[in-house]
Amino acid sequence: MKLPISWLSDYMDISGIEPKAYADRLTMTGSKVEGVENPGNELSKVVAGKVLECADHPDSDHLHICKVDAGVGEELQIVCGAPNVKAGIIVPVALHGAKLPGGIKIKKSKMRGVVSNGMLCSHDELGISEGLLGYEPEYGILILPEDTKVGTDIKDIFGLNENVVEFEITSNRPDCFSVIGLARESALSFDREFSVKKPAFKENADRIENAISVEVKDKDKCKRYCARMIKNVKIGPSPAWMRQRLHACGVRPINNIVDITNYVLLEYGQPMHAFDLRDLKGSKITVRRADEGEIIKTLDEQDRKLTNQDLVIADGERAVAVAGVMGGFNSEVKDDTTTVIFESATFDGASVRLTAQRIGLRTESSSRYEKGLDYNNTVGAIERACQLVEELGCGEVCGGMIDIMGNVEGERTLPLRPDKINAFLGTDIPEAEMIRYFNALEIKVDTDKMTLTPPSFRPDLEGEADIAEEVARFYGYDKIPTTLLSGEATLGGKNKEQQLSDKIGSILCGLGMNEIYTMTFISPSNFDKLNFPADSKLRNVVKIKNPLGEDTSVMRTTTVGSMMEILSRNYNYRNPEARLFELGKIFIPKEGEKLPDEPVVITMGMYGEQEDFFTLKGAVETLLEELHIENASYSAVSDNPTYHPGRCAAVFAGDRPIGIIGEIHPSVSKKYGIDVPCYVAELAFDGVMESINEDIKYKPLPKFPALTRDLAMLVDKGVAVRQIEEVIKKASGKLLESLKLFDVYEGAQIPEGKKSVAYSAVYRAADRSLTGEEVQNVFDKTVAALEENLGAQLR
Amino acid sequence: MKQKLEEIKASAESALSQIKDMDALESVRIKYLGKKGELTAVLKGMGALTKEERPVIGALANEIRQRLESEIDEKKAQLAKIMEEERLKSEVIDVTMPGKKSAAGKLHPLTQVMNTIKDTFIGMGFEIADGPEVELDYYNFEALNIPKNHPARDTQDTFYIDDDVVLRTQTSPMQIRVMENTKPPIRVIAPGRVYRSDSVDATHSPVFHQIEGLVVDKGVTMADLKGTLETFIHALYGKDTKVRFRPHHFPFTEPSAEVDVSCFVCGGEGCSVCKGEGWIEILGCGMVHPKVLKNCGIDPEVYSGFAFGLGLERIAMRKYDINDLRLFTENDLRFLGQF
Repeated sequence: MKLPISWLSDYMDISGIEPKAYADRLTMTGSKVEGVENPGNELSKVVAGKVLECADHPDSDHLHICKVDAGVGEELQIVCGAPNVKAGIIVPVALHGAKLPGGIKIKKSKMRGVVSNGMLCSHDELGISEGLLGYEPEYGILILPEDTKVGTDIKDIFGLNENVVEFEITSNRPDCFSVIGLARESALSFDREFSVKKPAFKENADRIENAISVEVKDKDKCKRYCARMIKNVKIGPSPAWMRQRLHACGVRPINNIVDITNYVLLEYGQPMHAFDLRDLKGSKITVRRADEGEIIKTLDEQDRKLTNQDLVIADGERAVAVAGVMGGFNSEVKDDTTTVIFESATFDGASVRLTAQRIGLRTESSSRYEKGLDYNNTVGAIERACQLVEELGCGEVCGGMIDIMGNVEGERTLPLRPDKINAFLGTDIPEAEMIRYFNALEIKVDTDKMTLTPPSFRPDLEGEADIAEEVARFYGYDKIPTTLLSGEATLGGKNKEQQLSDKIGSILCGLGMNEIYTMTFISPSNFDKLNFPADSKLRNVVKIKNPLGEDTSVMRTTTVGSMMEILSRNYNYRNPEARLFELGKIFIPKEGEKLPDEPVVITMGMYGEQEDFFTLKGAVETLLEELHIENASYSAVSDNPTYHPGRCAAVFAGDRPIGIIGEIHPSVSKKYGIDVPCYVAELAFDGVMESINEDIKYKPLPKFPALTRDLAMLVDKGVAVRQIEEVIKKASGKLLESLKLFDVYEGAQIPEGKKSVAYSAVYRAADRSLTGEEVQNVFDKTVAALEENLGAQLR
Repeated sequence: MKQKLEEIKASAESALSQIKDMDALESVRIKYLGKKGELTAVLKGMGALTKEERPVIGALANEIRQRLESEIDEKKAQLAKIMEEERLKSEVIDVTMPGKKSAAGKLHPLTQVMNTIKDTFIGMGFEIADGPEVELDYYNFEALNIPKNHPARDTQDTFYIDDDVVLRTQTSPMQIRVMENTKPPIRVIAPGRVYRSDSVDATHSPVFHQIEGLVVDKGVTMADLKGTLETFIHALYGKDTKVRFRPHHFPFTEPSAEVDVSCFVCGGEGCSVCKGEGWIEILGCGMVHPKVLKNCGIDPEVYSGFAFGLGLERIAMRKYDINDLRLFTENDLRFLGQF
């Protein structure tokens, strides 16, 4: 909302208040000032000047050499190329050193050898719209009215020399979308007088009731409808002061009647509409729901298809306006309009909002209505319009006003409890001070009953908290003390999941992994890129109804695609190696539930020269060990299509599967644009958390020495070390303290189809020194078991 | 004999004073004090002395022996010290050569900033809550006093799953979830991901992070709100930062405020960063709306509370001078490695 200071001063005395001080204070009382602009700042040293002589330039077919009196004490020679320049006219003259909009500077120069001491300007060059001019300018330079005084600053002629304050108005304050509303706030902010005079005008002998009738059929959607009639209308431009104010507020001046409705819209915050009486068939206005599919051409000449939820203003035959949004093309005010019906009505905010949305048309009017307007503002506004008609002399106000009430909410009474307000704010504001604010805000105070009655233009004042805000705003948020929380102490901190997340993060960072944040919505094409089969459960996704694009249209059910995208990006950026991890959610739809499951997945991803399956596995092992998951195991998976069929494993904690690790299938990596092996691990956060052994107990340090035996054997190539270890552990029993694989070898000296596997086994007893004989017994049993179960031969 | 002893002493001492290394020292020791050494030889010849002379010469010989031994020890220590010094001298390295590093990874900058914020609030007795990102319209809007068709929905471009389910546009639904499940006193922050249908550019992203805060108890005041947030801001930006609470409107708080801090660049004078205002907005807050308390079954006549919400990315961008939001989700290692 833009507010020219001169307009504000119609309603309060603003003398002595600097624009900066005004902006700061209003911001702190709740009307946020976005900025104070002076539209004339872009324009300087441009004055009205009279062209005294005008001769053709000897070396040009279109330039003229003019002698100009610009009131600077000497005649100026200025070269001008405009076709309409001639002696005797008054024109804007940009003097040497002038500034024009767009940062253009005018300097003395020579044009085809002739000195030019400035420039004669067109309206475009000055940034002045046709609407602001009030007439259609000729092609060429701008010709000013003959009575314009030579030497007058162009900014004064067009009212550009004024500060315009731009406010950010919040949606709860429709009343502040008006000069009057802002003036009320401003006056209280500076503790000055504020008043709105009742508009005064004469009515002629004609009566509106004789010309037209109004019927409101939907009294919920139309809360009030007021109409007045203006006769003998003379359509023409509105006066300069009105055009200048509209222009300053960003509204394009059109003609006197339309300008009046816009002026009242800005001043009172009440949208108005003007119908041409000739176009209202059957001398009748009906406020009704549109028929389903009814079509109306709005003022912007677009056909709008309506539903039976939309409210229209209709005459005896057809819709003539979409209520609260835009008038109809069929009944607009035209140059030859002679009788006008003014409408000033209150429509239901939600209804206007929905209609505006449905037809895709948001206007100055609809954006005000949708916030909820005051049904008591319609009369003042329509009367102000009539007063302006009289003041502008553009018509005669007819007698009477049609005023039909719909269903409105009654007054709201709230308790006045100053102590409660102070207790809520943590302040000590005297009751009298509060009452002073209430009075200025036109909230009725009853100190006998201790009640407050907010005015109808403040639908936001619904309860005591709202009243407390009014007090706080004008008392000053800055004056409210700052205290620390008292009351019952609370034990803050992180819960188990949060602590685990932190721990996982620090372990993985310790393993040289960098944390990443990825997008949780993805393209469904990821599932194909990841080789998911057509019937994969993970293709069942939470879909976004209104996505930004196909690329971000579904919530991910896997984090692998996101990880691959980031690996790919780093690969493309030629980062030679990458170790990454993410703690991120996936979204799994749940049968019969509105909301999906949102489990967290620990995803690790890596590529680089040093990386292979076992560096990834080592990282996973370290993570699980550090978290005290002591029963982790890994078994080969050959049928996960995302991964290399020979380099993928399921991770278990005991019997519980908690994740997948492996080399990404080369065909998948390729689709993500990576032609080196990528390694990815996916671990379920919940599975990890629930597998942690939290009951850590100290084991006494060994008192007796250990004996070590090496165990090298030949086995079939297909035997997994896990199988060997299981046999060794089972056969060795309690005495085996640890088992370490130190060599796996195939090739020279090893028979075809076999491999050599070598372990170092450490034996120890807790209660005695083991003898060589005891260990040898265990060792022999182990060798026998290996031979029996796996056909292993000792080497 | 006595004279002989004195001569040995003088000769040994003179030899010692010449010595430059351990081997020479050892030969001197052997020469004079060894089993076949000169002093030993003299002592062996004691038998030839008279009964009277023997103790006198014996004492002298022992004295000289002890004296020489201690001088040799002293010399040994001296030499050892010199040798060590020389060795150390030879071991000088170029300490400006690079260290042998083991590569450590980094937490994402957003996590790092989030941790700082969490720690500050935990210190004030706050817990941390998590909640769903795919959220019911009821929690995201309606229970927060934003009914369907409310104009405030315009300012939050919402991704819809269906008519009742949205991608949460704010972390505020966590207020409702916490209040539904917890009896006051409540002190909680709820950090998390939120979604708005904004196209991606340097300052906009359809996915970003907020941190919601909520306090509900008997007798919580707006002064407490100011005090708590001021403490937080001072912890984040330093004690010299000025804080301004400015009236604003949110449907789920009343009174509401936006909080500005004095501009980091100009300190409040006005510059291009703060658009000449001297202030930079960093968060929104207010007293929990009585309707919201009621929606959660908390009696606003008995309890009151405050809530606040801040954008994590904005704080991180300011902290690290990051000028493009996209860097956070691009995850270029050359970026991630800097924090």
